[in-house]
Amino acid sequence: MPELHHFHGGLVLDGHKTESLARGLQQASLTERLFLPLRQHIGDHNKPRVEIGDRVLKGQVIASDSALICAAVHAPTSGTISAIEDYPVAHPSGKMDTCIIIEVDGDDKAVEPIPVDLDNLNPDEMIELICRAGIVGLGGAVFPTSPKLSRGKAQGIDTLIINGVECEPYITCDDILMRFNAAEVISGSGYLQRILAPRTTYIAIEDNKPEAIAAMAKALAEHPLAGTEIVSIPTIYPSGGEKQLVQILTGKEVPHGQLALDIGVFCQNVGTCAAITHALEKDEPLISRVVTISGDNIAQPGNWEVRLGTPISHLIELAGGYRYGASGQLVMGGSMMGFALSGSKVPIVKATNCIMVMREETIPKSPGYHDECIRCGKCTEVCPAQLLPQQLYWHARAGAYERTQEFHLFDCIECGCCSTVCPSRIPLVQYYRAAKSEIRAAQKAQFKSDRARLRFEFREKRLQLKKQQDEERRRLKREALQKKKAGAGNGKSIEDPVQAALDRVKARKKNAQEDSQ
Amino acid sequence: MTSVIVSSPYVAQGSTLKRLMIQVIIALLPGTIAYAWYFGPGVIINICLAVLLALAFEAGILKLRAKPVMPHLTDFSAVVAAWLFALCLPMHIPWWLVLVGIGFTMVAGKHLYGGLGFNPFNPAMVGYVVLLISFPREMTTWYLPNSVSGETLSLKEALAYTFGGADIQQWDALSSATPLDQVKTAVAQGITVAEIRLSPVFGEYAGKGWEWIAFWWFIGGLWLLATRTIRWHIPVALLAAVIAMSLLFYLINPETYTSPLFHLLSGAVVIGAFFIATDPVTAATTDTGRIYYGLLIGCLIYVIRVWGGYPDGIAFAVLLANMCVPLIDYYTQPRVYGEK
Ligand code: SF4
Ligand code: SF4
Repeated sequence: MPELHHFHGGLVLDGHKTESLARGLQQASLTERLFLPLRQHIGDHNKPRVEIGDRVLKGQVIASDSALICAAVHAPTSGTISAIEDYPVAHPSGKMDTCIIIEVDGDDKAVEPIPVDLDNLNPDEMIELICRAGIVGLGGAVFPTSPKLSRGKAQGIDTLIINGVECEPYITCDDILMRFNAAEVISGSGYLQRILAPRTTYIAIEDNKPEAIAAMAKALAEHPLAGTEIVSIPTIYPSGGEKQLVQILTGKEVPHGQLALDIGVFCQNVGTCAAITHALEKDEPLISRVVTISGDNIAQPGNWEVRLGTPISHLIELAGGYRYGASGQLVMGGSMMGFALSGSKVPIVKATNCIMVMREETIPKSPGYHDECIRCGKCTEVCPAQLLPQQLYWHARAGAYERTQEFHLFDCIECGCCSTVCPSRIPLVQYYRAAKSEIRAAQKAQFKSDRARLRFEFREKRLQLKKQQDEERRRLKREALQKKKAGAGNGKSIEDPVQAALDRVKARKKNAQEDSQ
Repeated sequence: MTSVIVSSPYVAQGSTLKRLMIQVIIALLPGTIAYAWYFGPGVIINICLAVLLALAFEAGILKLRAKPVMPHLTDFSAVVAAWLFALCLPMHIPWWLVLVGIGFTMVAGKHLYGGLGFNPFNPAMVGYVVLLISFPREMTTWYLPNSVSGETLSLKEALAYTFGGADIQQWDALSSATPLDQVKTAVAQGITVAEIRLSPVFGEYAGKGWEWIAFWWFIGGLWLLATRTIRWHIPVALLAAVIAMSLLFYLINPETYTSPLFHLLSGAVVIGAFFIATDPVTAATTDTGRIYYGLLIGCLIYVIRVWGGYPDGIAFAVLLANMCVPLIDYYTQPRVYGEK
């Protein structure tokens, strides 16, 4: 057991986890139509690789791109592409995005897996297979796993952390996964070890999940991994945040502006480990995931293994429907960092760890005003990033975005602790999110105008250079000519036949005139 | 299913502003009752009058500023400010002085700056200091506790005085300077502390009555700490500074400087430490900053008491420290995660 360290602040929250843990891991049935957003990861955009009318098989690539930070999307089952069009997706802004829509045929026919000699793969080949499977971080960040692994391998990793902390209220998908598929998580961790060759591996689980800890310990005993320990950590939100977890386990802080990788620590979520196992052992890409459905307005909270692209409405039906009628709020994610969805049409994507189905009363609408900040400092006490949330709020509200950056706005992990304890009930994080997106938009615009300016300046320079070059050329010509003239005048070294002829004619005329006089 | 997009977190935990203010009011009760016990019902009249006036001012100004009235009125912040203001007043004071003081508290102290949360100066202290400077005689006429004079004004007499402008001469025998005041004047006349202490207004440790009121403020303060309404930094630092300063000078010359205990238990040190200096809006916000802020107020209190022109210095000390808050906050910013 490593010595555990503390991170600043944090909260002990009401977990709301037991409700969704009672029914184990259930398999969600297929629905008639799947909606797959082209991009389900953080990074560059995918292009569709299918056309309307195409028949696709389970596991076939339907969208991909060759960019580095990218993760392909695969058909979760067999069927026909019926449309590629804008459709509501899970996004905080409630916006639409391009989705590939598959008319499910019900055969669930898969592409032939390509057999690999798993024991003889080298790390790069393993990363390649993980890349092909479209695997992203399933803890919520959805960063493509293969580029992260490549970078980790190149930089050298000392500590591998398998994150089974799951600290946010309502979410239990990792807990269930560890209870029911511990072996897959353990072997996935083993593959990560083969790729990264870390000295130590910690599998971190919050101490409110004794069943998961026991199941993982059992699986680890059956398939021992070198230098690997299961670490039970105290239940304090947000201990599952990457930076906080690194601090708890190693006592080190990820330096400002760097990644955990840069200090030799590699974190990966337990769900991602299981997905890696599927990809390597069965050549099965990421086409489904475990999703928690919970909240006070769902009849049977639980965990479901769901194909990506399944509309949330289908999952709600499977979970017994609404408990108090179909009004209220759908939230993707947990109660601290989740965001409200525009409706139940929205499909499950790689990032969907939890759907909260809440009653109107539980998530009251904002009254349109809030009390003012009384500078009590409670937000500062709980902020795990050790920021001054009330200063951030003050400047964000005033639109003083430069000042917000001086107060490290971008170090805010949006954990929500500050808003939770604020006695004036100020939606602080909402102000930070707004400020961040304003700043990003301004930077983008700045970038664009910078680029335009650069282009303009470059063109100006080019034209000027051309002008200079032309002038230089003309000057050289002129000089050469003058030199020539001067040379002709001086030593008569160069005979000009035309001039000579003219001279001769002149001389003759002169002679003739002189003769006639 | 239609959804209104609201932002997470979707949980709230801990006290609301209103709950915090109610905790403060609860914590004020024992000391207030003790005050009335020793000095008669005047203080209760002052509190009621101040609270009513403050609520009226608050409602009127909110209306003028086109702000929601009821939510702000029921956050009880005006009640707390008025209550603290009333506790600073002498026990018997004409009603119009309360009106003027509360007017300054609510208008100049609070709303001219933009209302709760924006005011740099402690509003109750602003109102009190304005009165102290403008009406020094009325504001420094104090009355003896019943344990000395054997009687206090009855409720009827006190009301008559507050509202009817009854002749103050009538009760002149009961009026006196506060113990702090007496010490100050006496020391200035070359009388030693030990001699002054023989005067009947002094009890076991400090002024008769006063010492017990201070004790009950202390109990209220503990309640605030226990309910996490306030944190320990400011009161501890403030009391430590007063003790350290008074101990230092007491050890140098006990003839002219009173003991630390006397300083702690006289006047408004305890209520100041737990209730006035801890007003979050006008105090420093960082933990280290709060320690400096408390120390600063503690030192200023002692300096004003001993060498300043006023017998007690809480109000001036707090206002002066309020001025330093932006500076303190700026230089005590905590280290951000991941920074060296
Ligand atoms: S918790 Fe709220 S009221 Fe208190 S300082 Fe922070 S933002 Fe202001
Ligand atoms: S949301 Fe940001 S500012 Fe608020 S507590 Fe979390 S990290 Fe700190």
